[in-house]
Amino acid sequence: MSKLTSYLGSLIAIVSVNAFSEYDFNMTRGVTSVSRDIYGLHMMVFWVCVAIAIIVFSIMIYSLMVHRKSQGAVAANFHESTKAELLWTGIPIIILVLMAIPASSTLIDLEDTSKAEMTIKITGHQWKWQYDYPKEGISFISNLKQNSKDAIYSENKHENYLLEVDNNLVLPVDTSIRFLITSNDVIHNWWVPDFGVKQDANPGFINDAWAKIDEIGTYRGQCAELCGKDHGFMPIVVDVVSKADYAQWVLKQQIAKAAILAQSRKTWSDKDLTSLGKKVYNTNCSSCHGITGKGIPGVFPALKGSSVATGDIKKHISIVLHGKAGTAMASYKNILGDADIAAVITFERSSFGNQMGDLVQPSDIKSAR
Amino acid sequence: MTTITAYTSHHSPEKGLMRWIKTTNHKDIGSLYLWFAFIMLLVGGAMAMVIRMELFQPGMQLINPQFFNQMTTMHGLIMVFGAIMPAFVGLGNWLIPMMIGAPDMALPRMNNWSFWILPFAGGILLSTFFMEGGAPAFGWTFYAPLSTTFAPDSTDFFIFAVHLLGFSSIMGAINIVATVVNMRALEMKLMDMPLFVWTWLITSFLLIGAMPVLAGAVTMMLTDRNFGTAFFDAAGGGDPVMFQHIFWFFGHPEVYIMILPAFGVISHVIPTFARKPLFGYSSMVYATASIAFLSYIVWAHHMFLTGMPVAGELYFMYATMLIAVPTGVKVFNWISTMWRGSMTFETPMLWAISFVFLFTIGGFSGVMVGIAPADIQYHDTYFVVAHFHYVLVTGALWSIIAATFYWLPKWTGKMYNETLAQVHFWWAVISVNVLFFPQHFLGLAGMPRRIPDYSLQFADFNMISSIGGFAFGTSFILFTYIVIDCIRNGKPADARPWEGAKGLEWTLEPKAQYHSFNKPPTRELIKQESQNS
Repeated sequence: MSKLTSYLGSLIAIVSVNAFSEYDFNMTRGVTSVSRDIYGLHMMVFWVCVAIAIIVFSIMIYSLMVHRKSQGAVAANFHESTKAELLWTGIPIIILVLMAIPASSTLIDLEDTSKAEMTIKITGHQWKWQYDYPKEGISFISNLKQNSKDAIYSENKHENYLLEVDNNLVLPVDTSIRFLITSNDVIHNWWVPDFGVKQDANPGFINDAWAKIDEIGTYRGQCAELCGKDHGFMPIVVDVVSKADYAQWVLKQQIAKAAILAQSRKTWSDKDLTSLGKKVYNTNCSSCHGITGKGIPGVFPALKGSSVATGDIKKHISIVLHGKAGTAMASYKNILGDADIAAVITFERSSFGNQMGDLVQPSDIKSAR
Repeated sequence: MTTITAYTSHHSPEKGLMRWIKTTNHKDIGSLYLWFAFIMLLVGGAMAMVIRMELFQPGMQLINPQFFNQMTTMHGLIMVFGAIMPAFVGLGNWLIPMMIGAPDMALPRMNNWSFWILPFAGGILLSTFFMEGGAPAFGWTFYAPLSTTFAPDSTDFFIFAVHLLGFSSIMGAINIVATVVNMRALEMKLMDMPLFVWTWLITSFLLIGAMPVLAGAVTMMLTDRNFGTAFFDAAGGGDPVMFQHIFWFFGHPEVYIMILPAFGVISHVIPTFARKPLFGYSSMVYATASIAFLSYIVWAHHMFLTGMPVAGELYFMYATMLIAVPTGVKVFNWISTMWRGSMTFETPMLWAISFVFLFTIGGFSGVMVGIAPADIQYHDTYFVVAHFHYVLVTGALWSIIAATFYWLPKWTGKMYNETLAQVHFWWAVISVNVLFFPQHFLGLAGMPRRIPDYSLQFADFNMISSIGGFAFGTSFILFTYIVIDCIRNGKPADARPWEGAKGLEWTLEPKAQYHSFNKPPTRELIKQESQNS
């Protein structure tokens, strides 16, 4: 017995130290007015439930203790009371109405995106997020960081494992931001708990949500709608920075964009194309077609020896650019630049045992667009 | 009254395998349903074990993400369509004719057919594991376009299996309606009917209304996949959100299909062991009917994040909150039944009491997820996983286990081992809470559902949950032993093994005869055994 208690004691100690000190087991309060309203509603409804539970369960437990045959209880015979039925129909209705009032006003507030000062377009892809700043002309893809990918099958897991990306979304603090959320393939859901923003990304439709973030910092979230194989591996990371830092970041992005444009005008060597292509492939293509180009039989086609990757180059370019209707193959026209597409096609045609050896230049892609 | 010639049972059961294949007897078919459901429970449970093993710690250890999705999808489908629903149809088959003073079901041949569809439907569904592309991996809710454009060819087998399961359910429901309406003893008025019969009658109408909608949804999927239509594809003028509206128009009544008969079972067990009549019989009937009605008008509370207009969200929030009212009435009635009773705590009562506790916890989290703005943070997290497992495992499944122990003496004529059964109860009720309670915390802390791997802050609660899962899973080995031991070696049971039990079924022989009532019971007997005293 003492062994058991000591074991239980140590178990409780482990749980309380590890679980309760390092992180919350309650909902986050968040850093927007909406997330705080939601938190307030959550706690209110929670305490109402706790209060009802204490009353109802106490009565039940009292009855279980006292009204038992072994205690000599003799059964009464009452079996209906219209008064009681009306009472326990009426009181819950009043409680529910009282809960519905603040819930309604929060709901109406969080659905009103009309006061936004800036707009971000978010597009879900299998299994990455694309962020567009329409006014600033910035667009990039955000993938799970390689660190995390490497750690999936290893013993060592680092801080923020599975919650880090290669390109963070950067947003200014104290600014009303409207998110336009859509998808390029299946339904995804863009969720950052600290913002109180969680909205489905539906292909072919645009949903909206808004946030005005109060605190500078890094916030993490995940896709919250099952979107296929790597649903668990498309996190969201948002850097919220001061307005001045944000302006500087925008400028830097625009300069970088010009540099990429210049790159795509030059003629590339075989080696440069293949090495860039490998990188692009591993980031964008390998989750379906596989690191070794074998795909998943019946779900995602192999590129190794495929009729596209070893056939007419024009068709290959066309599929990468425009996707293939009726399948999971997406259009990469607006996701990747000319150089990236040229490189990845070159790579696919000379890897996994494919030996086409033909080079695709960024200029070929530009003319095929 | 015309005399009915009491014919001798000229068709007592055939011998051997053909008895089970050809049977039109409600008891045989009830047993087939229950055994099928139990096997499916073990199959679906094995999948849950795989899920909990993979989630034991962060990282991918056992299976790959694609197979993980197949596991969660098939676990859900098998538990809903293979275990819980057939188990209730099995209970309905066994009990309804005995409770309403009938010899058998109204449509015995259709009864045979509706059962024998099931193993084939289940077989087709499970066979997808061996096909190229694997089993369905798009969640038991199979949202388009993940289940249409982006799904493997094996999905067409899934569609066919869902159609078959739907046929079976609709036929089962029609049979129960026909039986209750036509085969009920002439002297038994509607308000004399036991609550299990009432809840099943109302459930049948939910099935008849909801299953064709599911058939419509999968048919649209089929034509989208194979015949160039675009119901759910925006590029062709369709809408993927329409799929969800159609699915949940089926799916929400489906939730109540799985819980209303459970309410019926609990309304039998509690009065028996409290030795006191059920409190508020008629309000129980009205509450059941209200829940059934509401179930048809709340479906979009599963879709608060799809981009509904705010007016729609407000309506669905209010309608959803209303469900708490009749559900609360039921809980209050059960507690009032216990109040000033003379309670004993045999195994069925233990399951029923824990049902009231744990189902109520699931009800509380149900109110929470019904609050539309708060649902933004709960939606598609482990909070929702915890919520629906509290209502479906410690709700629906709990009532099925309670029913099994409660009526096992009547089914077998023998008594189960009470000590072992109580050990099993405590084992299961503790482990199930270790399994599901921490999932509330995981969800609130931000862990999405349906993910095969998670970041480090979710590690501890997942490990606790998995340990609870393994303990809960193994408890079914003991359950299997107790039931088989009862059938083989149980001590003979009395015709009315529970002191306080009321109901026509207890007036039959200790092991209910093959045909329940060849002569309808008299008005006096019906009154005497009625719950509405």
